[in-house]
Amino acid sequence: VLFPQAPRMFAQSSRNSVSPVLLLVLLGCVLCPLAQASKSSEDIRCKCICPPYRNISGHIYNKNVSQKDCNCLHVVEPMPVPGNDVEAYCLLCECKYEERSTTTIKVIIIIYLSVVGALLLYMAFLVLVDPLIRKPDPYTQPLHNEEDSEDTRSLATGPTLAGARANTVLERVEGAQQRWKRQVQEQRKTVFDRHKMLS
Amino acid sequence: MDQKGYRRGSFQSATSDEDMLEIAGAPMDFSMADDDPPLDREIGGFPSYNGGGMNGTSTMMDFLEEPLPGVGTYEDFNTIDWVREKSRDRDRHREITNRSKESTWALLHSVSDAFSGWLLMLLIGLLAGSLAGLIDISAHWMTDLKEGVCLAGFWFNHEHCCWKSNTTFTDRDKCPEWKSWSQLILGHGEGAFAYILNYFMYVIWALMFSLLAVLLVKGFAPYACGSGIPEIKTILSGFIIRGYLGKWTLVIKTITLVLAVSSGLSLGKEGPLVHVACCCGNILCHLFTKYRKNEAKRREVLSAAAAAGVSVAFGAPIGGVLFSLEEVSYYFPLKTLWRSFFAALVAAFTLRSINPFGNSRLVLFYVEFHMPWHLLELVPFILLGIFGGLWGAFFIRSNIAWCRRRKTTRLGKYPVLEVLVVTAITAILAFPNEYTRMSTSELISELFNDCGILDSSQLCEYVNDFNSTKGDDLPDRAAGPGVYTAMWQLALALIMKVFITIFTFGMKVPSGLFIPSMAVGAIAGRLLGVAMEQLAFYHHDWAIFSGWCSQGADCITPGLYAMVGAAACLGGVTRMTVSLVVIMFELTGGLEYIVPLMAAAMTSKWVADAIGREGIYDAHIRLNGYPFLEAKEEFSHKTRAMDVMRPRKNDPPLTVITQDTMTVEDVETIVTSTTYSGYPVVVSRASQRLVGFVLRRDLIISIENARKKQDGIVSTSVICFTDYCPPLPPSSPSVLKLRSILDLSPFTVTDETPMEIVVDIFRKLGLRQCLVTHNGKLLGIITKKDVLKHIAQMANQDPDSILFN
Repeated sequence: VLFPQAPRMFAQSSRNSVSPVLLLVLLGCVLCPLAQASKSSEDIRCKCICPPYRNISGHIYNKNVSQKDCNCLHVVEPMPVPGNDVEAYCLLCECKYEERSTTTIKVIIIIYLSVVGALLLYMAFLVLVDPLIRKPDPYTQPLHNEEDSEDTRSLATGPTLAGARANTVLERVEGAQQRWKRQVQEQRKTVFDRHKMLS
Repeated sequence: MDQKGYRRGSFQSATSDEDMLEIAGAPMDFSMADDDPPLDREIGGFPSYNGGGMNGTSTMMDFLEEPLPGVGTYEDFNTIDWVREKSRDRDRHREITNRSKESTWALLHSVSDAFSGWLLMLLIGLLAGSLAGLIDISAHWMTDLKEGVCLAGFWFNHEHCCWKSNTTFTDRDKCPEWKSWSQLILGHGEGAFAYILNYFMYVIWALMFSLLAVLLVKGFAPYACGSGIPEIKTILSGFIIRGYLGKWTLVIKTITLVLAVSSGLSLGKEGPLVHVACCCGNILCHLFTKYRKNEAKRREVLSAAAAAGVSVAFGAPIGGVLFSLEEVSYYFPLKTLWRSFFAALVAAFTLRSINPFGNSRLVLFYVEFHMPWHLLELVPFILLGIFGGLWGAFFIRSNIAWCRRRKTTRLGKYPVLEVLVVTAITAILAFPNEYTRMSTSELISELFNDCGILDSSQLCEYVNDFNSTKGDDLPDRAAGPGVYTAMWQLALALIMKVFITIFTFGMKVPSGLFIPSMAVGAIAGRLLGVAMEQLAFYHHDWAIFSGWCSQGADCITPGLYAMVGAAACLGGVTRMTVSLVVIMFELTGGLEYIVPLMAAAMTSKWVADAIGREGIYDAHIRLNGYPFLEAKEEFSHKTRAMDVMRPRKNDPPLTVITQDTMTVEDVETIVTSTTYSGYPVVVSRASQRLVGFVLRRDLIISIENARKKQDGIVSTSVICFTDYCPPLPPSSPSVLKLRSILDLSPFTVTDETPMEIVVDIFRKLGLRQCLVTHNGKLLGIITKKDVLKHIAQMANQDPDSILFN
């Protein structure tokens, strides 16, 4: 028997459990291709380091073979010592199997650079363009340290909330941006000006 | 007693006060509130404890809805009320369990509620591991960007660029695809002009990275600077810092951490990784109601997230959990232990699958040798411990002095310039010396390395006697010229790192302390190890060596000395004990070296404690005046509660609110004319008998809301905090009932209670304030800030340095 409250509870609990599940699925979609990046032939190698031996100088050998073939006999070619010395030489050599994922590296570096680029553009926009395109409002502040926050904050909220509460997306985004800017200003005052935190 | 009215604790119908006595375990005075008759109610109308989130007269269904948004939340820079939060969570859990018997949906809801903690840990581990992988790979690439660029694909760092090509045995760094800047610009890499050009490009890149880092921090998220661990310690003890663990702080900290590490500054990324992981934890908490609404539960999640952060920094899940337990957390219930371990494992596993170092290792300086050590070597290990303790104490003193100067003088007004100057000095001094030019993690990795026949670095240039080589096991050999060069270069590097780290830690970029301390210790250890090795080689006939170190034997391992030195210095600075040893032996993967590591860690902690009591994080907490009640120190003075409580003898009497005689206007006057964060509610001014305690924020929100939404509430309306309001003449305006925001069981002590017990109560229960009674009547109030000031006064420190409320 379903209680009448059940749909509401289900909606609530499903809202609570749907968002983490959605996030998990999203994370999986991003991580899976990274984790199982196809092992292209240039991403595996067997590296054998052989020290100087008698009158032969030290050498490093690279070859892309699978893990079971990663030993001195398969990788060290051409063998610098005659046949009866091969075993003694190979005992000195150390072979290691290594793999990497070039796609992971490329994707991560490109993500990082794009985030840095986006932040730089946004900062340039906020410092240079934003004060110009906003209505020449004496109340809006550029990104500088200001000493008196109280009146400027109240003045800043005045014009933007005047009149009907505009619910268009642009107005909401602008409201959120204003709030964020005030928050950052407060933080900046606490850390940089008053040295109240994080010295 | 069978009072159905006051319901808290875990029993359905038993009285509340008896429960409190069991839980508190301290002699406290619980005067019965008033003489009103016990009230008969129907089941649905029980007010829960404090009514912080519950509306007193609503039905059970309204449990999940908040009556008033804002009631029960906290102001920025305030301390939370642990007892209230914990009891709210118990109530919520009880409601869900009770309701789970009603329908299948409710059962599913209760099951999902129980699993939400584990799901949250899984998400935190995944996110922290991915971010750590991103940080590692980007930092590696950008560090190498200062020296050159890879033609086969600009996203490869030096090692990956030369991965495919065949390098020679002696010159493992050179390959045709990697071009240094002078090679790119001039076409060749030799000569004085090429060297100067490389030098110039190195300094320019370093300056660019650090300038970008400090501009991003200043422009977008000023809370992202510094290490983060002192602030996280304070947050976990109950303090609220809004925005410190937010989205922008997470993004900016991740990005600028990579930039700061790549610019060659003497800082590490372990401390900031803990901050990043805690930000992930805080952001993911918003997905689950259970953790979003409850500040105490959220701190449990943050403890687990901190463990995940250390786990990905060192590849040490167990060490991470112990670090969270020992250094960072304040309340660490056993349930959190298992969940922290789960989060740390998931994070380590995620990082491993991203594979930042190309060989399935989590940390760059994983050590794989297992050479035995001899008992007589404990003497140099203890010497390293003493060095670590001395350096730790010296570093803490000088760093705090420098940070205090930055806080109080004009130096603090130019943060960007300061970062640029320090970067310039670091880069200019670091480039000529090969050991400071490489990144600090690589330096540590090379110092930890045991020299074998396969190594050809300068540090391993020993005089080889080929006739006596038996396979891989090399005996102690005489040092070649390369080793001597390496020794004095390392000594110069040591001096430079010791001094430059003092000015680097605490700058306005994300900066960690673990790697620089380990580097200092590793250099000192390696120097001592090589000295011991040469001593044993040239004087193997001395009495101390002859027993165990004969000629041709491999007895001294300088790599082990480097490890022990690193542990000693890290222990001297942070005063970690168990977590340090566990992290170090998880790094080495072997149990053989536990005894040397423990000996060095203990010695360094004793020496450092003899010089100065606090570790670096506690010293920074005290410098910034955070309201952190130290849980490890004993309070041993004989003062009593009446000496600490407010009001003092000459102060005006305590500001109280009466339970049913004050009007809205009176209360508003009190609230606006004083700045206290809460007011006791008494029966009447004459009797001063305690009813409860009400918080300022709840009062303001409720009164504002009542004025707007309820009919008939005007300035002359009477506020009534009890259930039974006194009848008023019909012409008077309607009564404002604020029973639901009143905390009916505030903690009280008598005025003769020794302060030892009061401090203990504050610590163990996480109180914000405690009321003081005398002969059953309310006399005064002690807040956490008063306790902290009193402790500071007793320790002859400056009581005015406690800044926050």
